[in-house]
Amino acid sequence: MLLNASGCLDALSAPEVARSLDGYVTKTITPEPREGNPPVRIAETRAGMLNSIGLANPGRERFLAQTLPRLRDLELPIWVSVGGFSVGEYAETCAALDGEDGIAAIELNLSCPNVDEAPEGAIEIVAACREATDLPLYAKLSPATWNMAEHARAVEFAGADGLSLVNTLRGLALDRNLRPTLGTGGGGYSGPALKPVALAAVYACANAVELPIVGMGGVRTGLDALELIAAGASSVALGTLLFTEPEAPARIRVELAAEAAARNLAHPLAARRMALGSSPESVVRIGNEFRK
Amino acid sequence: MVRRRLHRVAGAEPIGPYTLLRLERGDSEPGEPGQFFMLEAPGRVLPRPMSLCLATRAELAFLIDPIGPGTSALCELEQGEELHLLGPLGHGFDLAVERPLLVGGGIGLAPLPFLSKRLARAGKGRPPAILGFRSEWHAEAAALLPDAEVCIEPTFVTALLPDERHDVLACGPEPMLVALRVLVPTAQLAWESPMACGYGACHGCVVELDGELRRLCVDGPVLRHGGTHGSPTSPLLRRAGTASRTRAPAGRAGDSAWSVRP
Repeated sequence: MLLNASGCLDALSAPEVARSLDGYVTKTITPEPREGNPPVRIAETRAGMLNSIGLANPGRERFLAQTLPRLRDLELPIWVSVGGFSVGEYAETCAALDGEDGIAAIELNLSCPNVDEAPEGAIEIVAACREATDLPLYAKLSPATWNMAEHARAVEFAGADGLSLVNTLRGLALDRNLRPTLGTGGGGYSGPALKPVALAAVYACANAVELPIVGMGGVRTGLDALELIAAGASSVALGTLLFTEPEAPARIRVELAAEAAARNLAHPLAARRMALGSSPESVVRIGNEFRK
Repeated sequence: MVRRRLHRVAGAEPIGPYTLLRLERGDSEPGEPGQFFMLEAPGRVLPRPMSLCLATRAELAFLIDPIGPGTSALCELEQGEELHLLGPLGHGFDLAVERPLLVGGGIGLAPLPFLSKRLARAGKGRPPAILGFRSEWHAEAAALLPDAEVCIEPTFVTALLPDERHDVLACGPEPMLVALRVLVPTAQLAWESPMACGYGACHGCVVELDGELRRLCVDGPVLRHGGTHGSPTSPLLRRAGTASRTRAPAGRAGDSAWSVRP
């Protein structure tokens, strides 16, 4: 299953790109509208890019009234990314989404600024959201931690149905005058440099929990996607790549199938957890659950 | 439809400090003057937004100022090499004007030759043009817009504005656009902003329009002050407000690692 990473595609601006995916993940929705951060918001570095968009979004009410109905017209599974600045804010948005049609899953953006990213904080947020909705809950975790596995176990314990790995890393770029390029100073670092980080996070979490995992971070080729699957991902999301190559999903699918075939695998998902050396029975069982 | 196409480099010629990068046109449409394309920058993570400078039946040409690693890589492309192009993107100039006057500053000249040609084709002849540059060397690029009136710093284009009313269509450094916005409230101005995607996905290129942050790639890059599009406070300007000591010289507003030219 191929998705976009949250914030890396506007399905209403580019519906044909969204339709080339198996599901569309929205930009993070917060209870109140947010303009986002002051410009400059984008900076390129040698092996990736920095962004400081700042969760710009129309807010929960406008999303439900205006954006969601238009997204439904795409007839794609919609994953709503939910953010907040307190446990209650996350839970309220999940409750508001609970009765809506066309939502395939909720991705909890647990890497917001001003939100405690410690496992305890994530536990509280996931547990509160679990109470608020029956929709599948995916916890999106930051890779900036020394113990990914502990975070994964914590959110699984709290009731998450899956993991989204990984969010951006904090980075800083300086301009010619040695001042921060981005308006806010630092920003989220994404792109090719993030791939080994994502691979390690997926690998660590797949070792720790049995949850389905959406792997993302620096994917540029079908082989990158296959490696994430081998490390334990059951789906793959494209992020920065969509900025530079909107037609990438079709290419990734072709390459992914070819890379799997070259390894005598019947399906790319047959590679799932190969890096972990788990049994073939487990591979097939998990693969079937998430095959479209 | 957001789709990239592969284009072969037909040639690259230096003009003053700039390079005119000519691509074989292939199936690509040139779009409207003031619209832009995302050019794949060899060896870089992100493409670079460039407005179209010239269009013929066989070629699309872009005027590029090598101010960072991406623009430098584009300027070093050689005949026969290939790169991806996404576009045309955004909103260009409104050509339904009575008395057009083109105003360009530095690399802001880039969209004006194509604009001039389109206006001439619309039946009103070549419109008058005023171009400002920081040096004689930079002013060599004025050859792309024959008959334009040219000034060199410390004289600015605003000093050459005629007294009679014109429909100003302009592109250039932000101080020039800000000045024009005050002097000619109806002017159509092509703004710039860093962009990652160019098609509305990244929200990186927002500018403030009537108190609201909007994406320059889909709502611009050409905006008409006083019209429905409002007047922007662009990212670099906002930055300049907080860090004016480090403001780049006019005409080189993109002093980050990469250049953006709508």
